[in-house]
Amino acid sequence: MTDQLATTLVAERPRGLFGDAWHALRRRPLFWVSVSLIGLVLLMAAFPGLFSSADPNAADLSRSRGAPSARAWFGYDNQGYDVYARVVHGARASIVVGLLSTLGVVLVGATIGMLAGFYGGRLDAVVSRIADVFVGVPFVLGAIVILTTLNAGGDAGPARIVAQVVLSISVLSWPVAMRIMRSTAIAAKQQDYVKAARALGASSRRIIGKHLLPNCVAPVLVYSTIALGAFIGAEATLSYLGIGLRQPVVSWGVMINSAKDYLRVAPHALLFPAGFLTATVLAFVMLGDAVREALDPKLR
Amino acid sequence: MGELLEVRDLVKHFPVTRGVAFRRTVGRVRAVDGVSFSLRAGETLGVVGESGCGKSTLAQVLMRLEPPTSGTALFEGEPVFSLRGAALRRWRRDMQIVLQDPYTSLNPRMTVGDIVGEPFEIHPEVAPRGSRAGRVRELLDVVGLNPEHINRYPHQFSGGQRQRIGIARALALRPKVIVCDEPVSALDVSIQAQVMNLLAELQGEFGLAYVFIAHDLSVVRHLSDRVAVMYLGKIVEIGTEEEIYEHPTHPYTQALLSAVPVADPTLRGRRDVIRLTGDVPSPLTPPTGCRFRTRCWKAQDVCATDEPALLTRIGTHPSACHFAEERHII
Repeated sequence: MTDQLATTLVAERPRGLFGDAWHALRRRPLFWVSVSLIGLVLLMAAFPGLFSSADPNAADLSRSRGAPSARAWFGYDNQGYDVYARVVHGARASIVVGLLSTLGVVLVGATIGMLAGFYGGRLDAVVSRIADVFVGVPFVLGAIVILTTLNAGGDAGPARIVAQVVLSISVLSWPVAMRIMRSTAIAAKQQDYVKAARALGASSRRIIGKHLLPNCVAPVLVYSTIALGAFIGAEATLSYLGIGLRQPVVSWGVMINSAKDYLRVAPHALLFPAGFLTATVLAFVMLGDAVREALDPKLR
Repeated sequence: MGELLEVRDLVKHFPVTRGVAFRRTVGRVRAVDGVSFSLRAGETLGVVGESGCGKSTLAQVLMRLEPPTSGTALFEGEPVFSLRGAALRRWRRDMQIVLQDPYTSLNPRMTVGDIVGEPFEIHPEVAPRGSRAGRVRELLDVVGLNPEHINRYPHQFSGGQRQRIGIARALALRPKVIVCDEPVSALDVSIQAQVMNLLAELQGEFGLAYVFIAHDLSVVRHLSDRVAVMYLGKIVEIGTEEEIYEHPTHPYTQALLSAVPVADPTLRGRRDVIRLTGDVPSPLTPPTGCRFRTRCWKAQDVCATDEPALLTRIGTHPSACHFAEERHII
């Protein structure tokens, strides 16, 4: 009897929130669908040669606006570029801009927001006022100012162009993540379980890491999945103004912009990059949703 | 036996401020205004009073969750409020708290094992890493929960079970004192009795001393050796359970006791009911002299000018009333 009890006790190993979350995620089909979609796009971004051998920058006006065919699966755009090759090659810039901007915005914004919310007082007052200044600047105007200043140096390589766009999006958007994190941190730090942890002698670092972060991460996660799509779109806006990504960089945003004037005569040139963009954003939103639900024991 | 905890003239005022950039203090909420008491090892001191009388603030200050405005507290002769660093951590092992609301006092994203095991992670010297899971199971068993539920989350438990988890967490470091801040007021009456009995059992088993805060006199009576009655940040009467319940001398205590429901229907209606009029005055501007005088039927001119000290005027225990006299209530 006692032996039996001992074995069941041993069998029931202690688990934590993240172990349980992973356990729950593994059993969700939605999680696997989104992960495979994201994996496919990431593969496309890393090794475009695997998917298309055509040159994305080979323009031939004789095949302008050609319809999808066996030679060019997605047809040709107004300039006679192969749309399929450009979609495949454009994945890299779009994904890099979207992921890096989201990462930058969330890491910077959430860290500052957590510290401001937790410590409050003067730190919070100063940081919140700075955030207000950045929120007050209209996005497009701010991006124009930042990018024209950075572009003044003359011709830049593809890496520099992407870095500039990521930087300007991050600088102008971090206050949103910061405000979300700050308000949830303020709400969470007044909970009794934080009081109990402090009575046990928990350090501030422990309270932030073990108690506040797991309880504050959900709203930021939701925001970041939406922001990812918005940032890929923002990149397209900046490209349209001629200050974002540009030749020789190919991106979905650039393609959508150049195709939108010929929507009625050559819809395929817009629909394919837009479809890939939508599917990618959807995959990230689904992933964010699945992770958020897995991290909440009540929804599991 | 010597005093385990001795509190002297404890004061906690919260400043009320106006303005954003240039804060100025426009007033002070006198939540706790000169409270003194002592607690012996293994004893239970009940603290009763209505909402807003400073009971919970007293608990927060005693646990050093809020800094006191003034006053001292000696724990085994050691001043608590000047403890820093390692000494403060060491002291936290001796004094723990059970909070009021079992629904917010447990982190919803931690397993029961993590919650009850957290004290050992913060104080690794108490239990070596390998023995922690066993200690957590032991604690769950002690408070009457199934040790196999270690991987469950708080929302999978009922209110009473959650409060048991909170008690297990407070018990983990084998403290000498547990401050119970209205531990049963959020629970069903039937569950209240179970949790109270558990607290009583644990007291016997581990030799705990309790500071037991409640707004319900009958709940406090069940467990307390001595009782302190608070009104607007001050203790108005303190004495043994028998002195307070059988021989109350302060009019406020008498009024509180007369409001306790009586189980015996034959006594109903024949009892002396004292109805207090008006509300508790604001702790921002407490009345001069005796704080209870605005609602007291015995108030005289002297009550407005002289604040009555907590002295033994009549009978065997101190009472803060100029006109203290015994009046049989129940």
